[in-house]
Amino acid sequence: MFKILRKEELSPGVYAMDIEAPRVAKKAQAGQFIVLRVDEKGERIPLTIADFDREAGKILIVFQVIGASTMQLAAMEAGESLLDFVGPLGQPSEIEKMGTVVVVGGGIGVAPTYPIARAMKEAGNKVIAIMGAKTKDILIMEEEMKAVTDEVVVTTDDGSYGIKGFVTNAVQMLVDRGEKIDQITAIGPVIMMKSVADATRDLGIRTIVSLNPIMVDGTGMCGGCRVQVGDETKFACVDGPEFDGHLVDFKGLMSRQRMYRDMEAEGKEHICNIGLGRAK
Amino acid sequence: MAVSTKKHEMPVQDPKVRAHNFDEVALGYDEETAVAEAERCLHCKVPQCRKGCPVSVNIPEFIGKVKERDFDAAISIIKENNGLPAVCGRVCPQENQCEKHCVLGKKGESVAIGRLERFVADTYMAKNEEVKPIEYAADAQKVAVIGAGPAGLTCAGDLAKKGYRVTVFEALHKAGGVLSYGIPEFRLPKDKVVKREIDNIAKLGVKIELDSVVGRLYTVDELMEEEGFDAVFLGTGAGLPRFQGIPGESLNGVYSANEFLTRCNLMKAYDFPNYATPIRVGKNVAVIGGGNVAMDAARTALRLGADHVYIVYRRSEEELPARKEEVEHAKEEGIDFRLLNNPVEVLGDENGWVKGMRCIKMELGEPDESGRRRPVPIKGSEFDLEVDTVIVSIGTGPNPIIAHTTPGLDTTKRGNIVADEENCATSKEGVFAGGDIVTGSATVILAMGAGRKAATAIDEYLKGKKK
Repeated sequence: MFKILRKEELSPGVYAMDIEAPRVAKKAQAGQFIVLRVDEKGERIPLTIADFDREAGKILIVFQVIGASTMQLAAMEAGESLLDFVGPLGQPSEIEKMGTVVVVGGGIGVAPTYPIARAMKEAGNKVIAIMGAKTKDILIMEEEMKAVTDEVVVTTDDGSYGIKGFVTNAVQMLVDRGEKIDQITAIGPVIMMKSVADATRDLGIRTIVSLNPIMVDGTGMCGGCRVQVGDETKFACVDGPEFDGHLVDFKGLMSRQRMYRDMEAEGKEHICNIGLGRAK
Repeated sequence: MAVSTKKHEMPVQDPKVRAHNFDEVALGYDEETAVAEAERCLHCKVPQCRKGCPVSVNIPEFIGKVKERDFDAAISIIKENNGLPAVCGRVCPQENQCEKHCVLGKKGESVAIGRLERFVADTYMAKNEEVKPIEYAADAQKVAVIGAGPAGLTCAGDLAKKGYRVTVFEALHKAGGVLSYGIPEFRLPKDKVVKREIDNIAKLGVKIELDSVVGRLYTVDELMEEEGFDAVFLGTGAGLPRFQGIPGESLNGVYSANEFLTRCNLMKAYDFPNYATPIRVGKNVAVIGGGNVAMDAARTALRLGADHVYIVYRRSEEELPARKEEVEHAKEEGIDFRLLNNPVEVLGDENGWVKGMRCIKMELGEPDESGRRRPVPIKGSEFDLEVDTVIVSIGTGPNPIIAHTTPGLDTTKRGNIVADEENCATSKEGVFAGGDIVTGSATVILAMGAGRKAATAIDEYLKGKKK
C-alpha cells in the first residue's frame, strides 16, 4: 500500500498528491512516469512524475479529474493509501548542458515540466519556462517553477494574466527577442504539443514532447500505447514517453485518445451512483 | 480385454451456453472415467511418452497409480517434476508432446495423459492439504527471480525446495504472468487453479514482490551488488506485441491480443463499469493469427458479446499452431475460421475507427525454413471483411527493459536474451534466463522446463560459489 502523505487542490478539479513510495523515489528521474491503481477494481492510471524527493521517499503526482478513475483518485484523502504504485517507468529525459532550454507546459502539463526544468538548470543550462493556462485561476505551480528557472513566461487564453494567447505566442516572443533556443520540451494537451512542434519545425528548434497515450500495463506488454514516430511504431511506455515532436503522428494520437470517450461517461456515472465520486 | 482405440471423452459445457459465459469449458474426468482411461495405458517397456514431456514427468508411473486409485502417490510422482500440474493438465499442447509419442496413438488415440494429469492435480487440490514451509539454513544463499510467470514460478519453487531463499519480482500487480493476464478464465480458472498454485509456492517461503519492475526499481547489478542476491534468474516472458506493419493498425478498434486479453483477464473489463477498465468488443471481430493466444482472444470476444468472430490465418488448418482441443472448442462455439487468408490493410472510417479489413487469399507453396509450406498470396484475390474490431495475435517480441539496463548481458539481433539451452546460463556470471524472453513466444510448459533447468544450474553454480 502506498500512503497519500498530502493532498492539495491546485485549481478546480486539479489535484496534487505526495505519495509515499521510497523505492520509486530513490530511482525516479525527470521525464519518467508511474502507474497507480486506487483499489482492486481500479484502472491502471499512468501519470508523469511531477516531482520526487529521494530523502523523504515521496513522489508528487498532479492530475485532473477527467473520467471515473481520476474522479475516484480525487476522492482519496491524505492518510489513505493507494493499492498499487509502480515505477519509475519509461526513459528519463536527456539532461545535459545544451545552452538555453525552454520548457513549455500547458494546463496540468506544467507539472511534469518542473523536474525537467530543475534538472536542466542543475546541468548548467539557462532555463526558461513557458506556462499556459486558459485563465489565471487555473494556472498551477508558478512559484515552484520560478524557483528553478531563469525566467517564467505565462500565457492565458483570455489574457487574465501574462501574455494573452497561446504558448506558441510565447515561443515566438522568445525567438523574436533574439533568444537562441537549443531545445524545447513541451508537455500538455496533444493539440498544444502539436502546435508547438509545428511552430518550431520551421524555426529549426529541436523539440521534445512527452506523450501520455492509452496504456494498460505501462511496462512493455500490452502495446496499447503505440504511436507512429517517423516511419517507426514506437511504444510510449518503454521507448518514451518523450519523443522528437517533429516526428510524432499527432493526428493518429488524437484519434486514439477518443477510443473510450463514451465509456468514460458511463464509468463516471457508475462512480457517482455508488457514491465514490464525492470529494470528502 | 481389448484396449479401446478412443480416449474417454471429457465432459464439457454445452457450446451454446459456454459461448456466453467465462466458466471453465472442460469439466474434467470423474474418478471412474479417470481410472478407466488409465487402464488404457500399456505400460510399455520403453515408454516413449516421457520423452515428449519438457519436464520429464514420470507418466507411466503416475498413470499406474491412478489405476490403483492411489491418487496421493500419483500426485507425488507428478510433483517430482512438475510444480504446476493443474495448469499443465489444462494448457499443455499434449498432442505435440507426451501424447504424440504414445504407442496407442499409432493405431488409434493416445492415452489422455493431459486429462489424467488434470484429474490427479484437481483431486489433490480438492483435498486442500497444507503446504509445509521450508526450513531455511541461517546462511541460505539468496536468489532473485525476475517475473512471476511459468518460468519464474517453477524456478522459484524448485530453488526453495533446494533450500535457497528466493524473492520473485513481478512487474504487474498480480503474480502469474501469462497465466493471469493472458490465458482466459474459461480455459484456466484463476481463483480455483492459478491463485492456489501460486499460493502454494509462496507457502514454501518464496517472497513475491508485486509492482516491482526490475531494470527500473533495481538493476540486475544492483540486485547482486547491493541487495545481496547471489544469483538472478530472468524469466520476464513475452514482451511487446508484434504488428504486421500493414496500413490501418493505429485505427481505433485495433488491439494487440496482449492488450485485449489483459483488459479482460487481469483488469476484469468484462465487468465494466463495476471494474473501471473499459474494453470495446464490437459486433464483428477479426482475430489475426492461429495460435493459442488467437483462439483465446477470439473466444473471449465472443463471450464479451460479439456477434461474429473470425480467425484469419494465412496458412491452412494443418499448420494452426494452437492446441487441437482449443481449435475444436472454438469451432463448436461458432468461431468462423478464415484459413489461407492474410490481412493486407485495416480499413477505417472518416473518424479513425475500424470499418473493415482487406484480406488476400493465399495458397501453400514450397516449405519454408520452419518446414511448413510457405503461404503465397493469390494475385487479385483481395476481398473485404466487414469488421469493427481487429485483434492482432501474431506473437510478441522481447521486453527491452532488462537488456537495456544490464551491461554484459548478450542479446540476439531481435533482442532476446542469449542463454545456454542446457543450463540457461547467460553471458553474465550468476545470471540465468529462460522462457519466452530467451525463445520468443512459446508455451507454458517450455517456459516451465527452462525454469526447472535453470534451478538445477543455479543450484550447481551456488554450491560452487559457496566452497
